[in-house]
This record gives sequence, C-alpha cells and structure tokens, in this order.
Amino acid sequence: MEELFKQYQEDISPLLMEEIKSLIPPKTGKTKVKAILEQVKKEIALSSVDPGECVGMVSAESLGEPGTQMTLNTFHFAGVAEMNVTVGLPRIIEILDGRKTISTPTMEIYLKGAAAKGTGIKKIAARIKETRLVELIASIETNIAEGLIEIELNQETIKDMELTVPGIAKLMEKAVKGWTLKYDKNIFTLKAKAKEDTINALYKTKEKLKKLFISGVKGVTQVLPVKHGDEYVIVTFGSNLKDLLKLDFVDGQRSMTNDIHEIAAVFGIEAARQAIINEVFKVIENQGLNVDIRHIMLVSETMCISGMIKGITRYGVVNLKSSVLARASFETPLRHIINAAMIGEQDHLTSVVENVMINQPVPVGTGLPGLVTEVKMKKKD
Amino acid sequence: MTDIYLNGEYVGLVKDPKDYVHRVIQDRRKGKISQLLNIHYDEQGDRILIDLSKGRTRRPLIVVNEGRPLLTEKHLEQLKRNELSWSDLLSQGIIEDLDANEEESAYVAFTEADLTPEHTHLEISPLAMLGLSTSLVPYGNYNQSTRLNAGSKNQKQALGFYAANFAVRLDMDVNLLHTPQVPIVKTVMHDISDYQQHPAGQNMVVAIMSYGGYNMEDAIVINKSSLDRGLGRSSYYRPAVAEELRYSGGLIDEISIPDKDVKGYKSEHDYRLLTDDGIIFPEAKVAEGDVIIGKTSPPRFLSSMDEYNLASSTRRESSVSIKHGQKGIIDFVIISENEEGNKLVQVKIRDQRIPEIGDKFTSRHGQKGVIAMVVPQSDMPFSVNGIIPDIIFSPHGIPSRMTISHLIELIAGKTGALSSRFIDGTTFNGESEEDLRAELKEQGFRENGVETMYDGVTGKKLDAKIYIGNMYYLKLKHMVANKLHSRARGPIQLLTRQPTEGRAKEGGLRLGEMEKDTFVAHGASLLLKERFDSDKVVVPVCEKSGLMGYYDNYKKQFMSPIHGSDAEISLVEISYAFKLFLDELSSIGVYPKIKLTNKY
Repeated sequence: MEELFKQYQEDISPLLMEEIKSLIPPKTGKTKVKAILEQVKKEIALSSVDPGECVGMVSAESLGEPGTQMTLNTFHFAGVAEMNVTVGLPRIIEILDGRKTISTPTMEIYLKGAAAKGTGIKKIAARIKETRLVELIASIETNIAEGLIEIELNQETIKDMELTVPGIAKLMEKAVKGWTLKYDKNIFTLKAKAKEDTINALYKTKEKLKKLFISGVKGVTQVLPVKHGDEYVIVTFGSNLKDLLKLDFVDGQRSMTNDIHEIAAVFGIEAARQAIINEVFKVIENQGLNVDIRHIMLVSETMCISGMIKGITRYGVVNLKSSVLARASFETPLRHIINAAMIGEQDHLTSVVENVMINQPVPVGTGLPGLVTEVKMKKKD
Repeated sequence: MTDIYLNGEYVGLVKDPKDYVHRVIQDRRKGKISQLLNIHYDEQGDRILIDLSKGRTRRPLIVVNEGRPLLTEKHLEQLKRNELSWSDLLSQGIIEDLDANEEESAYVAFTEADLTPEHTHLEISPLAMLGLSTSLVPYGNYNQSTRLNAGSKNQKQALGFYAANFAVRLDMDVNLLHTPQVPIVKTVMHDISDYQQHPAGQNMVVAIMSYGGYNMEDAIVINKSSLDRGLGRSSYYRPAVAEELRYSGGLIDEISIPDKDVKGYKSEHDYRLLTDDGIIFPEAKVAEGDVIIGKTSPPRFLSSMDEYNLASSTRRESSVSIKHGQKGIIDFVIISENEEGNKLVQVKIRDQRIPEIGDKFTSRHGQKGVIAMVVPQSDMPFSVNGIIPDIIFSPHGIPSRMTISHLIELIAGKTGALSSRFIDGTTFNGESEEDLRAELKEQGFRENGVETMYDGVTGKKLDAKIYIGNMYYLKLKHMVANKLHSRARGPIQLLTRQPTEGRAKEGGLRLGEMEKDTFVAHGASLLLKERFDSDKVVVPVCEKSGLMGYYDNYKKQFMSPIHGSDAEISLVEISYAFKLFLDELSSIGVYPKIKLTNKY
C-alpha cells in the first residue's frame, strides 16, 4: 500500500496525500485505492492552470473591474466618533501600493482566560491603551524664580490605572537626567542640578515630561472592547504588535493588526503574504463583491516574492521587471530609458508589453509555443 | 450708527437702519425713487446694502401687506381687458423686483393659501421656480427633479420649426421637422413662449407594453405605416462654401470646372454635375465624392523656375465635394461677394431623414429611447376601436425612473384628443387627474386609460389590458445617419502611419489598452498581433551597427547609416510606431542597438 502512495507522490502534494490516507477506510483493496489516486491525479490536472494561461492579466482584470464599483470609504464604529477605519477602494490601493504608514492602523486583540468572557475587560483595555503623564496630571507649574517644576498628579486616576507613585517617579527620573526629583504623596518637585539652566530649558523639560510614556502599549491611542459572538475582543486604534505580544493576558495566536509591514517585521514575510490576502479579501467581501481568492493570492505572492513587501508601483514590483521597455511603458519613460542607456541594458523582449510595442506575437496563450518543425537555416559563408 | 454701501462703496451712516430701509422701500413702491434700486439691511454685519448696478438677477414678486396681496381681482380683470400693463403694476408698487440681497429680508409665500401676516411677498406663480424649458414639461410636479432636468435637456435637442425664414437661411447643421404639431397637453409656458409659432414635436399614439423584446433597454418600436404617412420626418441642411481667395503676386483661385491637367484632378465622373460656371445646379442629387463647386488654386510654392511653365499645368485642384458618408439634394445656390470683394459661392444641401432604426425619440419627461424595430401596421397591436399605436414604449422604463408625469400625460393626451381640446398640464396648476379620468369615462373609455388590445400578428386578444393614449413625442437631433461609421481600410496618419481617428476622417476604431488586455487574457496572441498590424513595415536592419538602414535607389542596394554599403542587412517586420520610437531614442542621444537572432 505504501508503495502505491509513493508512486503518486510526484503528482499529489503531501498534504493532500495525508488527507486521502485518512479518508480511505481501512481494508480497502489495492485496486480501489489506485483508482482513487488515479482520479485525484486527473482532477488535479484538470483544475491546474494551462501552460501559457495569462494568469496575471486575468487577476488584474478580476480585481480591477470590481474596483470600479466600490463605494463608501470609511467604516464607522457605532458610538465612537473618532474611530473610522479605511475600507473600500482606498484601503485596497493602500495595501497594494505597499504603503509603510497606513491611514488607519488598528488591532484586534483576543484575550486569554476570564478576560475573554468579559470580566475586568475595561481595566484590561485601559492597560493596553498608552498612557502619557499628561493624562495623570492635575496641575503643572513652573517656578521660574527658583527654577522648579511642580507637578500635582490626580490620585484617583493613578488608582484606576493601577499605578504607584514611586513607579511613576522612577520613570520620571529616567526620562529627565540632571534633575533632582522630590515627591511627597502626589506632589512632585523637580530641580535642575546644574545651576546655569535657563528658562528655556525649564520649559523644554516640562513639555518632555508631559509626553512621558507611563504605561500601556506604545502607539495605541484608543481602545474599544467589542463583543464578537460570545467572546470579548479589544479593538484598538494604533498598532504595535511587538509590544502587545509581551503582555501575558493577550492571546498572541489570534490577535491581529491590519498593518502589513508590522506583520512582516514581527512574523516574517510569509505571514505578511497571508495578511495581504486576508486584508484585501476582507475589503472585497465587505463590499459584497465576488472575486476568487486565488487572484488575490497571486497579487500577494508577487508583492512578497523578493522577501520584502513591494507595492505594485514604479518603485515596487515594476522596478523588478527586467525589461527596459516594459518599465518605460509603465511610468516615467524617459528616466528608465536614459538609465538603461547609461549602463547599456539589454532587453530580451520576453514579456507582453515589449512584444506589443514591436508588433510581435506576445508570449502567452497561442503565442507561447514555437514551431514544432525546426526550420533549417542556410549556413552563412 | 449703521454703514450704508451704494453699489459696494461706502456712502454714509444712518441711525435707525430698519426704519431707513422701510422708508426707502416705501418710497420705491410709491415711485419716488428708481424701481431698479434694491436695498437690504444685513443685521449680522450691521450694514445697509443698496444696489443699482448692472447685471443683477432680479425676480418679480407680488407685494403683500398684512397677509393680503396687493394684487386683487380688480387688477386681474383690468389686465384681461388690457387696461393695465406689467409696467403699471410695477410703478404702482403692486409687483416689485427683488435681487439676491433683498430676497434675504423677504418672506415669500408659495401660494395665496399659505399667506400669514408675517409674509412680505407672494410668488406670482409656483411655476416661477422653474426655467423656460423645464416649465414646458407637463405635470412636472409629479416628478423627481433629475427627470425634470433630463426632460428639459431633451427638449433643447428636439427637431422643430426653428425659424420661419429657414428657406432662405444658410445655417450650419440644421434640422427641420416636416409636420410639427402643437402638443395636446400644454403648459402655460407653451402659450407664453408662443410655442405655436415654433413647435418641436408631434402627438403620437403611445402604447405602454412590450413587443417581443424589441423595446427592451429603453428602445421603442415604431409603426412603419405611420412613418410612411410622414411621422417624424425631417430635413437636414448643411452648407458648402467656396471663395475665390487672392494670394500674393496677383494670383487668385478660380471657380470653374478644373482642366484635366490640373494637379490632383479627380475623375470626370466626379465633375459631371457641374454646370458651365463650375457650380452644381439646384435639385441635383449628390452622393459621397461628388464635386459641388469646382475650384482650382494657384501652385503653393511659386519659384522663379515655375514662372516659365504654363500656368494651368501647375494649378492645384481645390474643389468642394461631398464628404465621406454624406448624401443629399442641392437646395439652392448663392453666388455673391464677400467683404473683401472675393467671389463667394454658397450651396445649401438638403437631405430627407425618415426615422430609421437607431434614431432617437423622447417624450417630454426624460424618457428617451432609440428606435429598435420598425413594424408594419398590420403586425402592430390594435384596440377594439381599431386604434393602432405609433409607438410602443417599454413599461420597464417607468418604475426605476418614477416619471409619473409621463403616465399622466398619456391619459391627459387621450382625453384631450377625444374631447378635441387642449389640456392644461402646467406644473403645480394642471388639470387634476380625477377630472381627466371622469372626462375619459364620459367619452366611453375606461377611466384608467387601459384598453383591450389584440395581437396584430396572430389576432389573438392580449391577456393584459394595455395602457394606451396620446403623447407629445419629440424627435431628437441624434440620428444614426450622422453617426454610422465603419472602416476596413482607409487613410492613415503621416507621422505614425496608424489609421486616422474619427468618423469625419474615415478613421479606424481604436483597439485600446484595455481591449488589448482582454486579448492577452484570452491568450489570443496571434489575433492580437493581427489587430496591431495596421502600421506594420519591413525595415532593413544593419546587424553590424544594430541600426535601421535604408534602400539606396541609385546604387540599388541597402545601406547602413554607419557602415554604408558595407552592411549586413536583414529585413525585419516591426510596427512603424516602434521604428519611430527608435528614431526618437536616437534624437535624445540614446543608441538603440538591435541584436537579431532567429526566433525558431
């Protein structure tokens, strides 16, 4: 039996083979198994793309045409005015362009344990949201005469945030070196060690302190607990996977961000490839359109094939094209031609655009195969 | 103290602005100061704006005093008896014109019933909110505003009777409807604008039903026998002009039948319609290529050498002839002189246009459609009374567009035709639908406008009752005869050797970037190549230098631009546009080297 499977390992992928093995009832006859494998092989052959099929063009058309029908640019979270997420065509453009900074980075955070059921969800959300010192300050004053900064913190907020005064003091000491810090309960006084400090420095330090990062996940400016089915999920505005995953109550296996570049940095290019597929498919599904996922997969793979995320732009994948004429016909023709001329580039006329330009059959479909009979050339003397 | 600005310029101050404005308005109404003056107190900016400048848009309103309009029944009767005129009403302060600023401080009632003591003005008619062509739409108050827009736009494109002296005019691109009619369902605007003097449509019998799918997607089915009787027939006029231009050196164009030795002489057949003076005769039937005015011009570049040659032999042919795809009959010929004293010949060409498949028709409600089928009367459905529709309109055009006025006009037109009277369908003030239905019932018809009808082909009774009646239909100026175009071969552009663009130049239909993509997506590679073969050339390529060479006709051999006759030439088939591209690369200092290898 094992031999039989080995015979077909060239034609059937290992994953599929495992599935077949698990599905075949025990004590099935050898001839029957062979018939099954033969049929599977046939089905694979039938459903695979024909040689010379212009998959890229079909994908482009399949994604481009529904793009003309897309409407509605933003999705609003009910009740929270500032939480809009870019969807629709702008989002697709953003993903496929491979933008480094996206317009609305968000995360969807799944939780472990009791928190997922909703116990203490607000406190957890507050822990994820980034907190800066300003949010704790009740009053802040500068004493110019004595060169002092006096900060009064809001004790209740500190309590709510589960912070301690000494903890905050430590953070402050780290942030501003060269200043002596004294605190009494919730009142902090800072004094410069160096004497020649000016008013200007005093002001600068004050501003620096205001922005001091205290707790939470950096970059997450808003949090919103949402119920997904019978589970609580925290949706955030602002994304920082790396720091988020350090938190012990976060389910790192399911939490997600919509920032493709961040996924590539944290989980690697393969994860990013899948993320592009998921994000694009989500938008298309959202719009009630119907695009086969394999088209999106092709685009995503094209973007990630170099190991980095390259957008479908003249700086991205188009720049990877080997043909000068193909690059020139996309955007900024003169630049490409002059650069090519300077380094003496060659164009082997192997893809579609060039052959359209010189009026030769394009090497796809019927234009791909050469003549079956070889033409004998006269030898040149 | 409040600032006063006259025509935007500061003129002075006033203590009590409200009282001041009130007094000025009262004085204007009494005729003490100009009727053209408008005044407005801007409370936010605390300033008074007085305007007397030119070019303001003003609109007339009836003045209201304590909830009562100043215009009374007495005035109306006087108006009817012609004892009172519009300017009298203005000077008596019964009606006044407000500009955009003064309108801000006015409180205008839409109808007399709406009036309260706070109102300052009353709209003369609710119709005043619409423009001229929009108020020509009957029962417009039943429609969505977008449909009113479409309806009034369509009316501007309708063929009609544009000028009574059309027979002696020489206008560019003119259409004239042969038997225009006044609509049965009129609006007040039809009377005000003297629509009887320039009607632009015909009353047709319209059945709302489908006809074998031939009227899907807004198309209409039209009765062939109606067309034979002259329905929707029009004439298309276009002028042809030739002038004897004078050139430097005393040379001049000559209008005459060109000699055979003239440069660019066409065939004798083309000149056959010209009389001795070189101009075509009236009522001549002309078709594509026929010369209307024979003309020759002096040679373009007159060098000293040419002066010894015979004058006629170097003259150029510059006749005016019928352009590609056009035909007609010569209406009349005018021979005159222009301002510079040059001989001027103008010819008017007429062409009869009988409605055909592809011609565009519309009702007045933005329900435009194209003729998709011309059906003989014998095959059209008929009613019990033997009424056969001129047009069959598809019911699928109604629900999504919600043009209720279209349906009401049909029933109003039917009532009007049966009681032989015009129906007033003015927007907001039209005759009510209930009255029309009652009248229709009196005439012995179903009050809802439907009738039992029979299939013209089989004679069988149609299952559904058909909504049928009279409607005013307009023939629009878009006719297929002006647009139909195809090409298999023809003129090419000089620079790129690709086909010319546009119908007038007998151009090709472009297979564009996206169309190209579909060919590629189908893998129809060789078909695509064939499509793009329109500018293919065979160029000699010198394999030594990698540049395109040329053929030297004296030496009878191919030459390389670098190695001269010592070249290794191969003939290569490429598109001319690519050859041009390579030349352009050379011009920016890039050396495009072609390396040839055998493909197989």
